[in-house]
Amino acid sequence: MDLHKKRKLVNKVALSMSLLAMAFGLFWLAWVLATTLKLGVTGLSWELFSRMTPPPGASEPGGLLNAIVGSLIMISLATALGTPIGILSGIYLAEYGRHTWLGQATQFINGILLSAPSIIVGLFVYSAYVAQMGNFSGMAGVFALALIVLPVVVATSENMLRLVPDTMREAAFALGAPKHVTILKVTLKASMAGVVTGILLAVARIAGETAPLLFTALSNQFWSINLNKPMANLPVTIFKFAMSPFKDWQEIAWAGVFLITLGILGLNILARIFLGNKNKQ
Amino acid sequence: MIINEQTEPLEAIIVAKNLDFFYGRNHALKDINLNVYHRHVTSFIGPSGCGKSTLLRTMNRMYNLYPEQRATGELLLEGHNILDDSIDVNMLRAKVGMVFQKPTPFPMSIYENIAFGVRLHEKLSKEQMNERVEWALKQAALWDETKDKLGQNGMNLSGGQQQRLCIARAIAVKPKVLLLDEPTSALDPISTMHIEELIAELTTEFTIVIVTHNMQQAARISDYTAYMYMGELVEFGLTDQIFIEPKEKQTMDYITGRFG
Repeated sequence: MDLHKKRKLVNKVALSMSLLAMAFGLFWLAWVLATTLKLGVTGLSWELFSRMTPPPGASEPGGLLNAIVGSLIMISLATALGTPIGILSGIYLAEYGRHTWLGQATQFINGILLSAPSIIVGLFVYSAYVAQMGNFSGMAGVFALALIVLPVVVATSENMLRLVPDTMREAAFALGAPKHVTILKVTLKASMAGVVTGILLAVARIAGETAPLLFTALSNQFWSINLNKPMANLPVTIFKFAMSPFKDWQEIAWAGVFLITLGILGLNILARIFLGNKNKQ
Repeated sequence: MIINEQTEPLEAIIVAKNLDFFYGRNHALKDINLNVYHRHVTSFIGPSGCGKSTLLRTMNRMYNLYPEQRATGELLLEGHNILDDSIDVNMLRAKVGMVFQKPTPFPMSIYENIAFGVRLHEKLSKEQMNERVEWALKQAALWDETKDKLGQNGMNLSGGQQQRLCIARAIAVKPKVLLLDEPTSALDPISTMHIEELIAELTTEFTIVIVTHNMQQAARISDYTAYMYMGELVEFGLTDQIFIEPKEKQTMDYITGRFG
């Protein structure tokens, strides 16, 4: 067979195989999303946002208000805690510690933290905080989630800062700018869209984390915004309700799954918009 | 330019004395002795890797960013050795500005791109800053194209405009010397022409040192030319003399394209 015909054939075979692989992956994803949508939408109701999680065998319909609020509180505080530390560490790694042993060691450890199973983070906070304090608490949940946000923000900030060409740094230094001014006004500004995207993706990641909360915030059937007490949250509630034999609990669990999926979808769209704006510049 | 030289005495603003430069163990500049004259254009030519950009980057201590790079000997700016550790590099860079090969606008408005450098060294009122920005853009022949869009992002300008913005940004600080590191090599011929015209006009206020790969450019725009090879300064003199009757055979071979 002549060389060019053979190449075309090989190209077609490779293309069909990758299309099949993509279809295979998308098929399951579509199925998961369809199930979430179908079962989640039936559970959606006004009560979901206005009532607390119901006790077993309740006569009145229950909701997820305490879990939604608990999740929002813990996610916001964890992001507020992890983000500044993460961005500052990212700045250190990209701008100051590039060739130092401390920088390389930090980078290595951050990589481990980034890929550590979240249940380990949960157990760590359990033994370091929950066991010391003597009870599960919302604050422990915040610490666990912050530990998951941190390495994501460190890694994305570092990578985004490194994408800023050195010529831009040199241009700022050539004007007589000190290093901190160069970082704050030039390199951080140039990579802002990427850094914000990293934060949004970190938030999306902790929105669905169950394992670290199981050992820290646990759950709470009642309304509570006290950070020193166990705090209700969506993932653990879903976990508990989905495994229960009660039909109303299962419905609420599916509605919760739907809400989380919607939230993560929203965050991803937001992240795309940020990156898109950056590319337009 | 040469007439100029007869009417007023030549003043060397930068003097290199026995200047050596090292990238780690690599000896990149060897015993350089040269004068850069006040309000004249000096060009450095030579094949890639000859050390011309390195020499330029010692003049504002750009090499300080990289710990493995160091310079020894003397490099005098108005009589002060700028290689001395006691020199404040940020103050030095206010006196010695630099424009790079690739345009490097900052991710901010055209106005802010220029105000950025000025704010580092001076406290100006809003009106004074507006005047300075206008002055710098006029000096860089960019005012007419940008006066109605000073708030727009500097990164949206064309390549040639971006490079003129970088020149405006450098001169807004009012340096004494302007270092240009192959400023037109990434630009089309028309933008190159604009920048060459600009360089000629800028000598009324600034001393210019330019590294170029383009020998015609060096011949067109510079008053003095230094030919470098393998880290050594082979020949330095008036541009006309270097291009018409160089003393060294090596220089002759390079400028006539018979380099070997």
